Amino acid sequence: MSRKISFVNAVNEALHTAMQNKSVLCFGLGVDDPKRIFGTTAGLQEKFGADRVFDMPTSENGMTGVAIGAALRGYRPVMVHQRLDFFLLAMDQLVNGAAKWRYMFGGQFKVPITIRLVIGRGWGQGPTHSQSLHAWFAHIPGLKVVMPTTPAEAKGLLLSSIFDDNPVVFIEHRWLHQTEGDVPESSDFRLPLGKSTLKRTGSDLTIVSISYMTVEAIHAIEHLSAFGVSCDLIDLNSVNPIEWEPIFESVRKTGRLLVLDTASETGSVAGEVVARVAMECFDALKGAPQRIALPDFPTPTSPALTEHFYKRAEHIVEAAEKMLKGNYDVPALIAKHAGTPHDVPGDWFRGPF
Amino acid sequence: MNSTTSSTTLSHPVELALDLLYRMKRIRAVEEMIAERYSEGKMRCPTHLSTGQEAVPAAIGQVLRNTDQAVSTHRGHAHYMGKGGDIPRMIAEIYGKATGCSGGKGGSMHLVDPSVGFMGTTAIVGNSIPVGVGLALGMQLDGEDNITVIFLGDGAVEEGVFSEAANFAAVRKLPVLFVCENNMYSVYSSLRVRQPAGRKIHEMVRALGLVVEDGDGNDALFVHDTLKKHVAAIRTGAGPRFLEFSTYRWREHCGPNYDNDIGYRTEAEFLEWKKRDPIALLEAKLIGNGVATTEIEALEQRALAEALAGFQFAEDSEFPKPEEAYQHLFA
Repeated sequence: MSRKISFVNAVNEALHTAMQNKSVLCFGLGVDDPKRIFGTTAGLQEKFGADRVFDMPTSENGMTGVAIGAALRGYRPVMVHQRLDFFLLAMDQLVNGAAKWRYMFGGQFKVPITIRLVIGRGWGQGPTHSQSLHAWFAHIPGLKVVMPTTPAEAKGLLLSSIFDDNPVVFIEHRWLHQTEGDVPESSDFRLPLGKSTLKRTGSDLTIVSISYMTVEAIHAIEHLSAFGVSCDLIDLNSVNPIEWEPIFESVRKTGRLLVLDTASETGSVAGEVVARVAMECFDALKGAPQRIALPDFPTPTSPALTEHFYKRAEHIVEAAEKMLKGNYDVPALIAKHAGTPHDVPGDWFRGPF
Repeated sequence: MNSTTSSTTLSHPVELALDLLYRMKRIRAVEEMIAERYSEGKMRCPTHLSTGQEAVPAAIGQVLRNTDQAVSTHRGHAHYMGKGGDIPRMIAEIYGKATGCSGGKGGSMHLVDPSVGFMGTTAIVGNSIPVGVGLALGMQLDGEDNITVIFLGDGAVEEGVFSEAANFAAVRKLPVLFVCENNMYSVYSSLRVRQPAGRKIHEMVRALGLVVEDGDGNDALFVHDTLKKHVAAIRTGAGPRFLEFSTYRWREHCGPNYDNDIGYRTEAEFLEWKKRDPIALLEAKLIGNGVATTEIEALEQRALAEALAGFQFAEDSEFPKPEEAYQHLFA
C-alpha cells in the first residue's frame, strides 16, 4: 500500500524512521530552527532530543570532520546544508577525510556519513546559491552520490544512504521539494543505492536524466508522443556509482542518446555518460550522442538573464528534432507555459529561497 | 614559561622517570634509525621525523588509557608510538609492506592502530583536528570518561578548521585535550611571518573558551605532570583544554637530513635547542639523583633492540599484491 506525500515529507519520514536507531545523529545549521530545513527536519529534536539532533556552529568544514570522528565510533551522522554552495567550505574534510579514511588506513574503518545538500534554480538563486556540483563529488573515489527525483526515491534512497557504511552525498533539488508522489506505507521503505530507474519506455531515443531534469524530460516526452516519438527515460538516481548496463541496453535498442544534467556542461556527469556510451555502444549509435546542460557560466541572478539560461522541456524537444530529423512543433510546447514565470517551480514557491 | 621540574632534585618516583626516559629513547631510536637508513631507498614515502620532540609523545603514553583515543599529523610517528602503536607495523607501513599498520595504503603520514585508540594521522595540516573532536562527541554521547587527544603543531592553529573544531568542543564541553607542539616552523616558514609579534598561541585559544596552559616541551617530567593534571580534569567533564609545549625538531621538515644550512633557521638556534635535548636533560637529572649510568645504558640498548626488531620485521615482510590497490574503497 502507498499514499501520496510530498518530497519534503518523504525526507522527514525517512529521518524519523532512521533516528529510531540510536546511532543516527542529525545536525546542520537550522535543523531545529523555526523553518526546519524546508520542513524536512520537523519534529526530530522534540522526538529524539538535543543530544542527537542539533543546530551547529557556522563551521561547515569543522563539523564535517566532527561527523567523521563520530562515524569512526559507530555513529551515523546526517548533516544538512540548505544550499550545496555552503558545503564547499568543507572540501578538505569531505575529500581528504571522509572519502579516504577507510581506504588509506587499509580498510580498518567505516565512515557512514550522509550529507544532505540542496541545489536549486530560478528566483535569483544566482552564482552562489544554485550550483549543481555533483560531478565534483562523483569524481572522488570513496564517495557515493545520490540524486533522488520522486518522493519515494527521496525516502527510500535516504534511508539506504543513512544505513550505508560509506560516506554518501545526498542531493535534493529545491524544485522537487513540494512535488507529491506515491510512497509505500512501510516506515522503513528502502531503495538500493547505485541503481537507476527506467521511467518511460520507448524505441526512438534514450534520454538519461538527473534529478529535476527528469520532470522536464517527462513534459518533453509527453509532447513528443503526439508525434509518434517514444523514448526510454532513465533517471540515474545515483551519479556515483552509475548503473551502466540499463543505459547501454537502451542505447543498443534506440541508437540515440540524449543526456540531461542540472550542472554546467564541461566536466559534467552528462559528459561521462556520453563518453561511456560512445566507448561501449559505438556500433549501435545512429548519430552523435547529445547532452543538455547549463552554459559554462556562473548562474546569473536577474530573471531577465535566467529566462534562457535554464534548460526546459522545449530544449529537449529541440534536441530530439535534430537527432531524429523531425519537426515536433516546439512553439506549441512553449505556448503551453506562456504566462507562467520561468523562475519558479510552481505557484507554491514565493521565495525567498 | 612554566617549569616545575627545573630543579635538580627528582621529585618523581624513579621508576616513572625511567619509564619516561625509555619511552623517549625508543622514539629517538626509531626515528634516528629511519634517518640512518632512509637513503637506502626502501622507505619510499615522505617522512617527517620527530627527533628532538620526544618528550610530549612519550609522556602522553604514560597518562592515557588504551580506551582513550588520539589523532595526529604528518609528523606522527612519535605520537603513534607514544600512544602504544605497534612499532614493527609502523615501520612496515613506511616500507610499504602488507604487514604495515595501514596495509601499505598510507605510508609514514597515515598511521593507525585502533587497538590502542590511535585513530589516524593525516597529511593535510589541521585535517585530523575536527575528526578528533568528533571522536570526543561520540565519547560524550556514549557516556564514557575516556578522552580524545588531538596532536597539532603551531601551523595548524592558523587553519580555520582549528578554530571551528575548538569552538564546537567548547560549546559541547567535549572531552578533548589539544596538545600543541610549537616548534616554531611550518615547513620552512617561521612563526615570525605567520603570526603577529607577541602572539601567544595558548592565549589566543583561551579566548575561544578553553582552559589552557603552556610550558617547556623538552622538560619531560613537567610535560608529564601537566598532561596528567589536565587529562584528569577532562575526565571529570571539565571540557576541552589546550596545552602549548615549546619544542624543536632537529632534522629537516621532511626527510632524514639536517637543514640548518639552507637559510630558514640558524645553526646557532639549533645548537641552543640541542643543549636542551629532552632525553639528555632527563638523563642528567636521573644520574644526579643516583641512578647508575649502566642502568641508563641498558635502557638505551633495549630501545635500540626494539627499533632493530621493528626494522627486521619490515624487511622480512612481503609487499602487498598489486590487486590490493583496488580493495577497501567501500565498506
